[in-house]
Amino acid sequence: MHEFDWSSIPNALPFLWDGMKISLEITLSAVIFGIVWGTLLALMRLSSITPLSWFAAGYVNLFRAVPLVMVLLWFFLIVPHLLESLFGLPRGTDMRLTSAIAGFALFEAAYYSEIIRAGIQSVPKGQMAAASALGMTYGQAMRLVVLPQAFRNMVPLLLTQGIILFQDTSLVYVSALADFFGAAYKVGDRDGRLVELLLFAGAVYFVLCFAASRVVRHYQNKMKTA
Amino acid sequence: MAYNWNWGVFLQPTATGDDSTYLDWMFHGLQMTIGLSLSAWLIALLLGAVVGVLRTVPNRWLSGLATAYVEVFRNIPLLVQLFLWYFVMPELLPEDLGNAFKQSNPIVQQFLSSMVCLALFTSARVAEQVRSGINSLPPGQKNAGLALGFTLPQTYRHVMLPMAVRLIVPPLTSEFLNIFKNSAVCSTIGLLELAAQGRQLVDYTAQPYESFIAVTIAYLLLNVVVMSGMRWVEVHVRVPGYIGGK
Repeated sequence: MHEFDWSSIPNALPFLWDGMKISLEITLSAVIFGIVWGTLLALMRLSSITPLSWFAAGYVNLFRAVPLVMVLLWFFLIVPHLLESLFGLPRGTDMRLTSAIAGFALFEAAYYSEIIRAGIQSVPKGQMAAASALGMTYGQAMRLVVLPQAFRNMVPLLLTQGIILFQDTSLVYVSALADFFGAAYKVGDRDGRLVELLLFAGAVYFVLCFAASRVVRHYQNKMKTA
Repeated sequence: MAYNWNWGVFLQPTATGDDSTYLDWMFHGLQMTIGLSLSAWLIALLLGAVVGVLRTVPNRWLSGLATAYVEVFRNIPLLVQLFLWYFVMPELLPEDLGNAFKQSNPIVQQFLSSMVCLALFTSARVAEQVRSGINSLPPGQKNAGLALGFTLPQTYRHVMLPMAVRLIVPPLTSEFLNIFKNSAVCSTIGLLELAAQGRQLVDYTAQPYESFIAVTIAYLLLNVVVMSGMRWVEVHVRVPGYIGGK
């Protein structure tokens, strides 16, 4: 049976916290960019301009059919070289964090756009008709009447997707970027205490994600009764 | 941009000396992805059905246990779970068993860890679908079963589950698609499935674009095949009178 020795964790806490900051940075930026780009995609998909709606449908279906690991590998191995040769950047510029954020944002936007599209469609049609009757243009009606109501209904789903995204950020491991999980793995590997560090990482993720999903559920229930 | 496209690279013999081509490597990867995903899916369905049913039974201990199971597997990232199964589990097993595992063929170790990990991870999601399927049934069905003198297990077996299973086929389709995509995570412990073969192709052929485009297309095809297969199942099992039914 394995003999546990947790002594390497206290000293490694500052390093692990730096990793957690990277995880949170990727999560936050990807959530913000993902929601903005996802909203645009959803509007394109619902638009009456055929090329736009085809583009959005193709984009969403492509990203939803490909594993996240594959998308990240594209962004870590291929895209930096492409950018280097296109813009003449010095070779070996460290773009891993930017690549990671871009990869997650573009990938998650496909999932966000499906949530947002369903949210827009859940707003009663009469709202759009009423806004038009008041003389608003399509853009004004979307921005001032439909989207605010749609987003209010979507908040729990968007937050839940954010929790999933936070869990998925551990996959930047494929680029050796030291996010929280990468940092835990490195410390465990260095000290020969992989078992303890991996268990610790799992426990931290569990506590954070469980607490966050509880908060979302609480908010959801409050919304139902309101 | 000076890049030499060379799609013929897939038909070249590999640099390892045996007479396989790079295309063979991709097929091996594809086989591994399919074998891993299907075996994990079978376990996930069985386990998910059991846990999902337990979440709905009127017994606080059983449903609490099932809820804990679902929460644990849903709130830890898949990659962390995989590393726990691959690196930590053998250390925590009784010594004989752990040693037997560590001395077995590395491919067997990688495959077993990946299969157990994907199966349990997915089973928690299947359980949620099973639970919502059972909860979506009108309460009269359960009461009618009990009123006819069925015991609770009999009511589940003959009345509620046959209906619930047919209702949850569409959401299960997306979980089935997910398991193929999630299997790509197993490349991180060295299992040579499709994504890992793609990386290996980049290293060996120095043709990164062709390799990655080919692997991405393989995933797209896999997706299309699974989706059409499940559409066929959906059409054949849908319940008349329900949304999407006949």
